[in-house]
Amino acid sequence: MIPAKFDFIQADTVNAALEALKEHGDEAKLIAGGHSLLPLMKFRLANPAFIVDINRLDDLKYVRDSGDHLSIGALTRHCEIEKNEMVTLNAGVLAQATHSVGDPQVRHRGTIGGAIAHGDPASDIPSALLALQATVVACGPEGEREISIDDFFTGFLETDLREDEMLTEVRVPKLPDAKWSFQKFNRRAQDWAIVGASIVCGEGYAGVGLVNMHSVPFRSEAVESALLGGASAEEAADLAADGTEAPTDLNASRDYREHLSRVLVRRGLQEAGR
Amino acid sequence: MEVSIKINGFEQSHNVEPRMLLVQFIREIAGLTGTNIGCDTSSCGACTVHLNGESVKSCTVLAAQVDGMEIDTIEGLADTDGSLHPVQQAFHECHALQCGYCTPGMVMASVSLIEENSSLSEQDVREGLEGNLCRCTGYHNIVKAVLEASEASS
Repeated sequence: MIPAKFDFIQADTVNAALEALKEHGDEAKLIAGGHSLLPLMKFRLANPAFIVDINRLDDLKYVRDSGDHLSIGALTRHCEIEKNEMVTLNAGVLAQATHSVGDPQVRHRGTIGGAIAHGDPASDIPSALLALQATVVACGPEGEREISIDDFFTGFLETDLREDEMLTEVRVPKLPDAKWSFQKFNRRAQDWAIVGASIVCGEGYAGVGLVNMHSVPFRSEAVESALLGGASAEEAADLAADGTEAPTDLNASRDYREHLSRVLVRRGLQEAGR
Repeated sequence: MEVSIKINGFEQSHNVEPRMLLVQFIREIAGLTGTNIGCDTSSCGACTVHLNGESVKSCTVLAAQVDGMEIDTIEGLADTDGSLHPVQQAFHECHALQCGYCTPGMVMASVSLIEENSSLSEQDVREGLEGNLCRCTGYHNIVKAVLEASEASS
C-alpha cells in the first residue's frame, strides 16, 4: 500500500519545523517515528499535502534529571526510554508502558512525543503520563507553553496542540518511592490493549490512567479519590469504569471493557501494594 | 527528490517520489528482493532491516527519511566468501524455517536482538521476536536457533 502524494520537508531545526507548520497550516503534518501516521496514510485515512520530517532534530532526544522531575525530549525513542535508568528508577510505570508498545522494531522508531501527539486513546504511554501527572511542553510562534496532561487530550485523536505548535518535551514528576503497576490485556502479542491500566501509589498520592476506555486517554479520578480516602484495592477498583465511555468494537463490547477495567485496576492496585 | 542510501555498504542514489517506502527502495531500486513485503502495516516483520544498526520495519519508513543513512539487509549478512552469519547458520542447523517467507525478517530482527542483549532467556527471545510472524513453524525452532546463536556469541 502506498500513501497518496505529498511534498516532503526535511526540518533540521525546531524553528524550521515551526516555519513549515506556519506556512502550510492544517495541510502539513509532522512525522516522527511514523508508526501511527504512515499506516493511516497508507489506508488513505490521512492525506496530508506536506510531511515535515523531524527525525533529525537530535537536540530533542534526551532524558534529563531536572530536580523534581525528568525532562524527556519529544523525539526520544521508546527503546531509549524503556531502558533508561532515570526513568526506571523514578517513573517505573512509564518505562513499563513504553516497553509494552508494539515490538522492538516499532520501539526503535516510535517516540514519546509522537505517541502522545497522536492522541490515541488505545495507546499505552498516555495512561502512564496521566497516572504520573506529567506536563507537556509545546513550542509555537509565541514561544513555549506548558500543558497539564489532564488538559492535553481533547477528543478522539485530538489534542490541545495548535496547528502551528509542536510538542518538544514531556516533564515527568519523579516518584522514586511510589509503587506502580502497568496492566495490559490483549489477545495476541504486540496487539493494542483491549484495556490497559497504569497505577501509581505513593505516600498521599494515587494516580490511575486507563487505556482504551474512553474517546481520550482516561484518568480515573473516581478510583484515585477512593484510594486517597482509604478504600481497599477491591473497593477502589469497583469504580474503575465510572465516568468512562468505552468503545465497542470487534475485540470487545463496552460491558466487557468495563469488566476488564475493574479487574485490571484491582490487579494493578494489588501489585502496587494496596 | 534525490535520495541516497548506503545499502550493505553500497551507495544507492535515485530520484524517487517522497511517498516511496524504504522497502520499495530496497526491492525495486536496489534490486535486493531478500527483504519481503508481508502485511504492509508494520505487524508481520517480514520487511525488517537494520537502520544504522537497529532493526526497523521498512514498510513503515519513507525512503526520504533515511536519505544519507545506512541500511543493512539480509543480503549483507553473510561474509563475502559465502560463509553464513552465525544467526543464519543457527537457523540452518535448527531447521528454523519452512516456507522461508518470514526468515529474512526473523534473522534481521534476531541479529539486532542479540546485539542489544548480552544474554537472552527463552522468554526474552519470544518477546523480542513478537514483531515477527511465522505461519509455518510454530516458532519452536526459531527460538531454539536464536538461543543457540545468542549463546555462541556471548
